[in-house]
Amino acid sequence: MNKIWLIIKREYLTRVRNKTFILSTILLPLFFIGFIFASAYFSIKSEDKQKIAVVDENGIFKTSFQSDKVITYEFPIDINSTNFKEKGYTAFLYIPKNYESKEDSISLVSIKQLGIDAEDKVKVQLNNAIRNKAFLQNNIDKKILDSINAIDEASLYKFSPVIKQGDKTAQSNSGLSYGIGYGSGILIYITLFIYGAAVMRGVMEEKMNRIAEVIISSVKPFQLMIGKILGIAAVGITQLLIWIVLIVGLSTLFTSFISADTIHQAQAINSSVGSAGNSSAAMGFLTAKNTLLSANWALILPCFLFYFLGGYLFYASLFAAVGSVVNEDPQEAQSLMLPITMPIILSFIILTTAVGKPDAPISVWGSIIPFSSPIVMIARIPSGSVPGWQIALSMLSLIAGFLLTAMLAAKIYRTGILLYGKKVTFREIGKWLFRKS
Amino acid sequence: MTILELQNLKKYYATQRAVDDISFSIQQGSIFGLLGPNGAGKTTLLRMITGIFYPDSGNILFEGKKFEPIKDIPMIGYMPEERGLYKKMKIGEQALYLAMLKGMKRHDAMQKIKEWFVKFEMQSWWNKKVDDLSKGMSQKLQFVTTVLHEPKLLILDEPFSGLDPVNSNLIKDEIFKLAQKGTTIIFSTHRMEQVEEICDEIVLINKGKKILEGSVKQIKQDCKENIFKVGFTLLPEPFENSIFDIVSTKDNYFTVKIDEGHKPAAVLQAFLDHGDSIISFNEILPSLNDIFIMKVKDTESARQFEKVLIE
Repeated sequence: MNKIWLIIKREYLTRVRNKTFILSTILLPLFFIGFIFASAYFSIKSEDKQKIAVVDENGIFKTSFQSDKVITYEFPIDINSTNFKEKGYTAFLYIPKNYESKEDSISLVSIKQLGIDAEDKVKVQLNNAIRNKAFLQNNIDKKILDSINAIDEASLYKFSPVIKQGDKTAQSNSGLSYGIGYGSGILIYITLFIYGAAVMRGVMEEKMNRIAEVIISSVKPFQLMIGKILGIAAVGITQLLIWIVLIVGLSTLFTSFISADTIHQAQAINSSVGSAGNSSAAMGFLTAKNTLLSANWALILPCFLFYFLGGYLFYASLFAAVGSVVNEDPQEAQSLMLPITMPIILSFIILTTAVGKPDAPISVWGSIIPFSSPIVMIARIPSGSVPGWQIALSMLSLIAGFLLTAMLAAKIYRTGILLYGKKVTFREIGKWLFRKS
Repeated sequence: MTILELQNLKKYYATQRAVDDISFSIQQGSIFGLLGPNGAGKTTLLRMITGIFYPDSGNILFEGKKFEPIKDIPMIGYMPEERGLYKKMKIGEQALYLAMLKGMKRHDAMQKIKEWFVKFEMQSWWNKKVDDLSKGMSQKLQFVTTVLHEPKLLILDEPFSGLDPVNSNLIKDEIFKLAQKGTTIIFSTHRMEQVEEICDEIVLINKGKKILEGSVKQIKQDCKENIFKVGFTLLPEPFENSIFDIVSTKDNYFTVKIDEGHKPAAVLQAFLDHGDSIISFNEILPSLNDIFIMKVKDTESARQFEKVLIE
């Protein structure tokens, strides 16, 4: 035990003191935060303003087209698809007289692509105009129609979906649980690879430096393997904690900065166009932050830590086994890693289903089988609909799975680490597994 | 006193009998040579003695009791042939780490490291990394880390490879000093001139089997072929006789091989009777190198892969 502790300490200290560790630990959250805020910022700043010239042969659209802050509609005379640019328009919309017939079509000409958003908005305007025309044709009073159109449905009620399980009720927020589930799943997915590969490289380094045999004459191979795995786990937890602190701290800082400056700007844009009530991306971010705090973090955080660690431990010993059989050729590592990376990638595919349908059979099974449970379960948990027994079963099977992989990996590792200059096949590895010690 | 005794040790791999029924014992304080060509099974044998491998059958007795790796390992120092150090780790920390893995207390380890570093003039290395050392320097460091915990049994596999003559001698002297203090040393190599110089007893193995055992002196006696070197003031013409054959001639010397059933004195007599003036007469013992080549040639030189039935 004392010797494992020595090995853990060495692994931890040499890694934490490393310059790349310090750099990546600090730069990654900066990059992450920077990315989020940059995209939020540009989504406010860079929405292209469109000025569309409309030619309406029927004269029925003119009355119902409404400009908004991004798209302005004008109905000039003497305009066609060749001269709209000179007259200062970005696009030209032509509605022929027989737009309803099969031969004719409504055409939208622009210098460059308008983008899906803008095209959709134009379509909505067209649909509204056609519907209004239909209402009027059926003798609905214009005043009544206007008053109905003016209703803002979403502002008339509050919608609160609730999940009821036994006597527990919880506020449901599918969007939020989707986001948290997806984010945590991806984070575990990425860290499995990062730290798994670190274990593998560490083992390969010991083998190639030829220090493995020196150490194994003092400690058991299993102690060396498990010491390395735990040492790197400690590095991972350290890094994760620093990331969490930095991300929370930095986003608080940025938010206060954004709210003062950008929100003001966003509101300025809104009022200048004259349509109020549209919340900007920055506002959205603020509300998102408040909703984020409403998630069930007391359950999510401990579960995240458990699956982060459990998943790492489950896969790390397998990565160690691969590292031990690799010789000088790094290509060999690639092909030997395949049986490990496949289930991880498969888990990721299940994750994409599980965040949307946390109770689908594939999500349930994926979250219990230890090969995929670290990634899939953490995607389901934020939804709040996972029964306690499933979480317990999943955790137990992950622990059992870890003990099993560690045992199998130790058998491979023990032989592999002392084997030089020989390419090892999967068949031989299989033999090592079933040989009695 | 016997420190290590191997009894009918066997270790079979899927395609090879790596160690096939080997027994021998080693006296405390002796320098013991474990010899054999490449692939003879030396490394496998050493790995069993150091507790890295378990034998398939047979016993290892350490100080008269059954060898228990966990308990006995702190008393063994092993410098494997495939050896190395953490390249990015500072030298002082590395020595300390390896010593503590052997079970030394931090304080004792520090003290020993300092002693050895002074002895080998390595004090200035403490904060350097192995990357910064030459091959010879890291070999010295490797030797120090092997002997730091004062093992009773020191196992050195090709300890001089990569060392220049000056550093070789430095380490050779330390090996002798350790042996004088009672450390038993197993020295594995195929460099015969070093064995002749250093070892008291040797075992020669090939293809997993022991083919020769004994003291260096005794083995040379046993393998001698009655060859003598006779020096003359004036080289005589070779003459017919029934006592010896002249094997070669060089300068004023004959190398002669005495025929079966005759004594060296008869050779002298024959030359004296012939009227030659002899100035020297020495027995030529075979070098270990010759013995090694002769014995190994008797068995097939290259190991063949074979099917092994493991009961």
